[in-house]
Amino acid sequence: MENLTFDLAQTKVSALNHYLHHDAPGKGAHKITVINPDGAHNIAVGLDAPVEVEVIVHAGYYAGGMNKRARVVIKGSAGTGVGENMMSGVVHVQGFASNGAGASAHGGLLIIDGDAGLRCGISLKGGDIVVGGSVGSFSAFMAQAGRMVICGDAGDALGDSLYEATLYVKGGIRSLGADARVEPMAEADIAIVADLLKQAGLEHDPGAFKKVASKRELYHWNADANQEY
Amino acid sequence: MDAKTTTQPRHLSLEESYAYDRKTLDYIRKAAAHGLYEIRGMGAKRKLPNFDDLVFLGASMSRYALEGYREKCATKTVLGTRFAKKPVELEIPITIAGMSFGALSANVKEALGRAATEVGTSTTTGDGGMTSEERQSSKTLVYQCLPSRYGFNPDDLRRADAIEVVIGQGAKPGGGGMLLGQKVSARVAGMRTLPAGVDQRSACRHPDWTGPDDLAIKIQELREMTDWEKPIYVKVGATRTFNDVKLAVHAGADVVVVDGMQGGTAATQTCFIEHIGIPTLAALRQAVEALEDLDMKGKVHLIISGGVRSGPDVAKALAMGADAVAIGQGVMIALGCNGDAYYQDGKRVSALEDYAALGAAPGYCHHCHTGQCPVGITTQDEILEQRLEPAVGAKHLKNYLKTLNMELTTIARACGKQNVHHLEKEDLVALTLEAAAMANVPLAGTNWIPGSEGK
Repeated sequence: MENLTFDLAQTKVSALNHYLHHDAPGKGAHKITVINPDGAHNIAVGLDAPVEVEVIVHAGYYAGGMNKRARVVIKGSAGTGVGENMMSGVVHVQGFASNGAGASAHGGLLIIDGDAGLRCGISLKGGDIVVGGSVGSFSAFMAQAGRMVICGDAGDALGDSLYEATLYVKGGIRSLGADARVEPMAEADIAIVADLLKQAGLEHDPGAFKKVASKRELYHWNADANQEY
Repeated sequence: MDAKTTTQPRHLSLEESYAYDRKTLDYIRKAAAHGLYEIRGMGAKRKLPNFDDLVFLGASMSRYALEGYREKCATKTVLGTRFAKKPVELEIPITIAGMSFGALSANVKEALGRAATEVGTSTTTGDGGMTSEERQSSKTLVYQCLPSRYGFNPDDLRRADAIEVVIGQGAKPGGGGMLLGQKVSARVAGMRTLPAGVDQRSACRHPDWTGPDDLAIKIQELREMTDWEKPIYVKVGATRTFNDVKLAVHAGADVVVVDGMQGGTAATQTCFIEHIGIPTLAALRQAVEALEDLDMKGKVHLIISGGVRSGPDVAKALAMGADAVAIGQGVMIALGCNGDAYYQDGKRVSALEDYAALGAAPGYCHHCHTGQCPVGITTQDEILEQRLEPAVGAKHLKNYLKTLNMELTTIARACGKQNVHHLEKEDLVALTLEAAAMANVPLAGTNWIPGSEGK
């Protein structure tokens, strides 16, 4: 079986997820189309198989959450926490994403063609995120590892309390968060941005991006810091 | 005239100030010297109303007692029957509280798992993820989902027996985790995706939900992830417990874990430990009332933690309405925490010099945050961690848990109960006004419950 369609007007999300967990990895369909999601939450969470799930059109919270290996494409917009804690594979939002997109993602690639809301890439742990539009405030808050490419603008407090994650922004940055700083783009950075843009299918000049990384001044207690952060 | 015969003895003035006692003077001097708040381990040290302030009314003429040595008294405990297809089934209502690998060594996590498995109870992971040692040694393992999400992954989620969404901790409601650089070893750092040696201060808010309505969806996600099999616990630090428990029920919890202010920590600011949160006794009463108010008592299960030390403590918690307790500090002390020696190849070895080097002494030590635990429990140091041999630790912990369970059934039988879960609030009276008011039980010898007038 190559293709299978789940109509969420007729079937519960639980039945879809159960199929994706237990049947899809074996002899089940390799492409699953989800219609009439009507913004349902938790579509295609916890996948661990090289399948493709296409959601037509809008998804609610946590679509593609904790994904491994699968490719989840949302033809519309996604609610809070899309691709949260994903480990590998691809989650692609063709519309806009709400808050906490890609939160604590350990691996894989999250692509958002439009804008993302607040806290995009919060607690990022090794995943990659490419946003075609802009991101809201507190994006990459406490991001530990991984890369974020933002083709539009970033809101306030970008990269607050950043660890080892690296952020690339083409547009303006309203403000940087505590311990974040702009660093010069090296050749390696341009190559990273070029590669991620290519994977996301977005065309921008990689050289036009700014790099944001951690000052690493909050890594250790400092009694003389006078709470200036 | 001889001056010696007329001189009065000099009066030495030693009137200590109540407000500026030696503890306060010491605090101010330390603040002045360091410019930084104190961080320490363990729980609140101040005097608080607690389970010791309650006593049981055993059976006599009006109640029928059970024979202590012959008649059965059931302790089986089932948690998470509300929505989960596979509830947690335990032999005793005494569980091991969440403590991280990072705060504790891998040896300790293994010892906890072994002892818990032998007595038929559960262990819990902590901030920093699941280690293979604890998964292999624990029959029933509760996997925490914390704000930091360190090491959180779907594979461990699927191999857990229950999932605990941690909102807060009794030692620091409103605060995130803390692990100072000396404990962030290469393995700990790797599991948490952090540079080795950083002072790790983890998030106090979850990254992908903000309020109870969001939490309801998050819990559904965890259920979808695990095909609705595993019980979902929600853990809160005790503050506005009546409302928090109701919101946890609303969000879809199978089990609510309430951690009172006596609950321990491996590293937290002292101002947090001693000044934020309410005592376990008060929190337990509010949690039970919240469940009763929603007609959810027995449908959503309640685990209470924070200063549960003994069999009588467990019995009183159950009588007040908890379904089970979770123990952290008592478990560590059973393993040898704050003891003057550790066991190596069957021999007792003094740890006194190492306590002294830390500026501590057995019985007073709260230096978990330093990672230099003299008895090898709260450490990541390769040499120190060898001081806790998993087999020895497991044996002591098993003895401790067995003792608690024997005391619990002894008390239950004395109150005429064939099942420890039949203990009830009517079996309790209070010895102090504070405990009577907080626990909502009568002051001993009276029918008076302070605060119940007009209700």
